[in-house]
Amino acid sequence: MKPLVKIENLTCAYDKIPVLENVNLEVNERDFLGVIGPNGGGKTTLLKAILGLLKPVKGKIVFGSDLQGRKKPIGYLPQVRHIDKKFPITVFDVVLSGSIMNGIYRPSAEERQKAEQLLVEMGILDIRHKAIGELSGGQMQRVFLCRALLSDPKLLILDEPDTFVDNRFEGELYEKLRALNKEIAIILVSHDVGTISTYVKTIACVNKSLHYHPSNIITQEQLEGYNCPIQVITHGEVPHTVLQYHHH
Amino acid sequence: MNAILELFNYDFFQKAFLATVFASISCGIIGSYIVARRIVFISGGITHASFGGIGLAFLLGFNPLLGAVLFAVMSAMGIQFFTKVAEIREDSSIAIWWSLGMALGIIFVFLTPGYTPNLMSYLFGNILTVTSSELWWMFMLNVVIVLFFTLFLRQILYIAFDEEFARTAGLPVDRYNYLIMTLIALTVVLNIRVVGIILILSLLTIPQASANLFTKDFKKLIVLSSMFAFIGTMIGLFISYFLDIPSGAAIIFTLVLMFGLLRVVKIFV
Repeated sequence: MKPLVKIENLTCAYDKIPVLENVNLEVNERDFLGVIGPNGGGKTTLLKAILGLLKPVKGKIVFGSDLQGRKKPIGYLPQVRHIDKKFPITVFDVVLSGSIMNGIYRPSAEERQKAEQLLVEMGILDIRHKAIGELSGGQMQRVFLCRALLSDPKLLILDEPDTFVDNRFEGELYEKLRALNKEIAIILVSHDVGTISTYVKTIACVNKSLHYHPSNIITQEQLEGYNCPIQVITHGEVPHTVLQYHHH
Repeated sequence: MNAILELFNYDFFQKAFLATVFASISCGIIGSYIVARRIVFISGGITHASFGGIGLAFLLGFNPLLGAVLFAVMSAMGIQFFTKVAEIREDSSIAIWWSLGMALGIIFVFLTPGYTPNLMSYLFGNILTVTSSELWWMFMLNVVIVLFFTLFLRQILYIAFDEEFARTAGLPVDRYNYLIMTLIALTVVLNIRVVGIILILSLLTIPQASANLFTKDFKKLIVLSSMFAFIGTMIGLFISYFLDIPSGAAIIFTLVLMFGLLRVVKIFV
């Protein structure tokens, strides 16, 4: 398997206070990595470092050859709470903003077609002329997923796509991600540990340091060993295996 | 009606009409950006800081608009610098530049020997006294703004909507931000003669608020605000002429009245 991203001894800080320390992580093709951890533990910081939005204090992030040659290899779905809901922009324009732009730019016919096709796949083509502020939480997340996918990324990074979303959409979203994962690698940050473990292949616990867990089943004891104080939901008859595969 | 048509025979009125057209387009475009991005307060800071430059020009005897441009651009950069590099809270750094500019302006005007006859027209505007050279500057600014926003509309829109995402897409976000800040500063200064320092924020926000009642699409917002700005300014101009009241105030009053009416209309449509 070819590595897409290789993080070595990464340390990131805000105002000289370290948020991440000596993090090592490798993301390979067709990985589906769930990132969990307490609030303020550095989950979003890790994503921002990978996206190049934050300059690391120490360490380096190396991208695989598959990502290097591409103009925009990483699809990104940020936390929706940072979005200005009153901004005068239509759904279709938001999706098109996922394209690669150089100099004087007009979206090409192919890009428009691709955007429409993505909207159809998400079942939201009918709302494409609406303003972003008129959407429900689930619709908004779908729009941002379309935007992230417009440039055909090899790696998709999602920061809490399950906020402001109803249960039905959450299920649909994860099924969609599972289908996408056949082609592209996914890094998913979530606070809903119980649900994501059904879909992810591996887990990273981030709380200043990072502990990589090469399976989607993680136990209470392991979490404690990783120094990862997160709220754990137990399922069914196996009280200590917190996140085993389960049917709804 | 004849009285209105007759007005267009006068040279001063033809100039005022052109000033209205230029002000409506530049304020319609730049104002839409300011409102969408919620940087009305920054624009207020830049506007008022430019008074320092007008004062300096009075004192040293050069073109007041040149002084205003100097101070407006300086304060626009200064606000960004204070916020990003010196890590002062943004609203505080705006207030610092806002008041510093005004204070310097007052000191310079006080130090200027003799009477400063045009001071009031910079503070409150007088569209009926706009000169040909000022019109040329306004025209050139309009060409630059229209070209920039037509050619790079998508980048401007996407950066304004989600700066972080635009960065991940590899857009030169900082370069765009500084460039647009400069355009905001120039727009403010060159429209000072129309409604004045104190009232310019209205041309940048009220037509946009009216337009925002009817559209949430950035492109349409720009076009509609320019139209509303033009209609409001023209009506205000006539009111000012026939009732013999200050033009800046008459224009603002008309714009607010128009917004009120459109808001009521919106209830029924």
